[in-house]
Amino acid sequence: MTAPLLSARGIQIRFGGVIAADGIDLDIFDRENLAIIGPNGAGKTTFLNITTGYLKPQGGSVTLNGREILGTPPRRITRMGVARAFQIPQLFTEHTVLENMLLSAAVRERIWNPLRPLSRIRQRAEMLDLLDLVGCADIADRLASELPEGQRKLVDIAIALAQRPKLLLMDEPTSGVATADKFGIMEILIKALREAQVASVFVEHDMEMVSRYASRVAVWSQGKIQMTGTPDVVMKDPDVIRTVIGG
Amino acid sequence: MQRLILAALLIALFTLPFTFASSVTIATLIFAKALAVLGIFVLLQAGQVSFGHGMFFAAGAYAAAYFGVVWRAPDLLVLTVAVIAISGVSGLIIGLFVSRYRLIFFSMLNLAFSMVLFALLEKLFHYTGGTDGMRIRRPSLMGYTFSRSDFDMAMFYYALILMVLCTGLVWLYLRSPLGQALKAVKVNETRLEYIGLSANHTLLVAYVFSAVLAGLGGLAFGLVQGLATPDLTFWTRSGEFVFIAVLGGIGSVFGVFAGTAVYEIVRFYAAALLDDSWQLILGITLIAVILTVPSGLIGLPARLRAAFGGARTNGKDKA
Repeated sequence: MTAPLLSARGIQIRFGGVIAADGIDLDIFDRENLAIIGPNGAGKTTFLNITTGYLKPQGGSVTLNGREILGTPPRRITRMGVARAFQIPQLFTEHTVLENMLLSAAVRERIWNPLRPLSRIRQRAEMLDLLDLVGCADIADRLASELPEGQRKLVDIAIALAQRPKLLLMDEPTSGVATADKFGIMEILIKALREAQVASVFVEHDMEMVSRYASRVAVWSQGKIQMTGTPDVVMKDPDVIRTVIGG
Repeated sequence: MQRLILAALLIALFTLPFTFASSVTIATLIFAKALAVLGIFVLLQAGQVSFGHGMFFAAGAYAAAYFGVVWRAPDLLVLTVAVIAISGVSGLIIGLFVSRYRLIFFSMLNLAFSMVLFALLEKLFHYTGGTDGMRIRRPSLMGYTFSRSDFDMAMFYYALILMVLCTGLVWLYLRSPLGQALKAVKVNETRLEYIGLSANHTLLVAYVFSAVLAGLGGLAFGLVQGLATPDLTFWTRSGEFVFIAVLGGIGSVFGVFAGTAVYEIVRFYAAALLDDSWQLILGITLIAVILTVPSGLIGLPARLRAAFGGARTNGKDKA
């Protein structure tokens, strides 16, 4: 087995009386698409917050390519190759969609020349291609605040992809996207990730999405990992069916 | 069209001493203040209001006074470089503290620092001259010493060139990635952090820049007045810069000059007209501007076009 890209060991965190992580051990490998499932409040988003440096756990360790990253701020972890898309899209709402992308690219490339306008950086074509990839090329010049939720979601993911990450963490990437478009978008996204050789972790509630697009599933339950495995094994597990899938 | 207006404005300003010779001094003061207002304008892009930029304004003026004592007749260009360095370094030191705070905390912390400086300038009488302040000697320029009337003219062009240059620099900066990131600070710091950039550092860069602008403004202002006094860093002075920035409009860098010019001219005539209650007229002016053109004076043309048969505008202030 190859060495994991990101490795979490014994993560502990509690908020007052709520235990959001109670000894989480998880490895994330190159190029896999790991789905995180579990009931609300199981600590799924908390895990993303910890691995990206937004929250500091009370115990445990997180390593990226073997380097400890606990205590490293999100911006450094981003620059080390872990990008993030949010459940509620985090956009620069007073900028256009393209400007959002260009800013992400400019920060990635550290373009601080005050004489070069953001609109004329060399990465413009690359960013337009990326917008095209997620089906947002036609809204490049719209203000981010004017977009419907589904498109905001896609732009949020595109901003993260503009970082050229090795690992992309997504919190319910297609919630808020029209049901008719969901699978099409995820299809495109997974294909894009494969082409760019980006590993992904996505928190997901839609089990059909999980079984179609995940290469591996981790089931969260009350701050613990109840089970990990391939989708067909996990989704047939009676415990998982009872606690997560329902029915 | 906009370029044409800009060119006409520049020509009008550069020829002002020949067309309206009597307005040279007030125009020079407008340019000097506009520099400090530019500093406030930069920070406003991040949604932050400093009620303490008078401290850098004062630093510029006191530096001129101090170097006048040390070097007798310092060179104007050397003095300019020295003030850039002094206000930049003090902006960096104070910025390291204030750039961690936002909104009311940012405003008040700036105010606190500026009032500390005010108190020091008043109390350290032996070094600063207390409330009387320090006289600022007339500088020379590359070996040339100015006569009284020469100097007024020189200061006019000095302040004008500085203001034009700095307005251009701010314009460029705000278009660049770092300036666009500054606007992003106002909107979404989380996303900024998650594309790999610290909001605090972004604000710190802007803060140092704004401190230098205010410092240069203070230098020009002090040289014209020939005097550096503690009231340059009193909080009402800082408040005045904010007032002018809002009056001019935060959407466009050209609003800074428009705001400063209107403010100073209204104040000049209001003071002549009403003696002690000129603030009343200024206050009413600001209320009128905020109620009718929320985007500031710079939004006025677009507003007028929209109101009077402007079929091409969509009714929004495009500033």
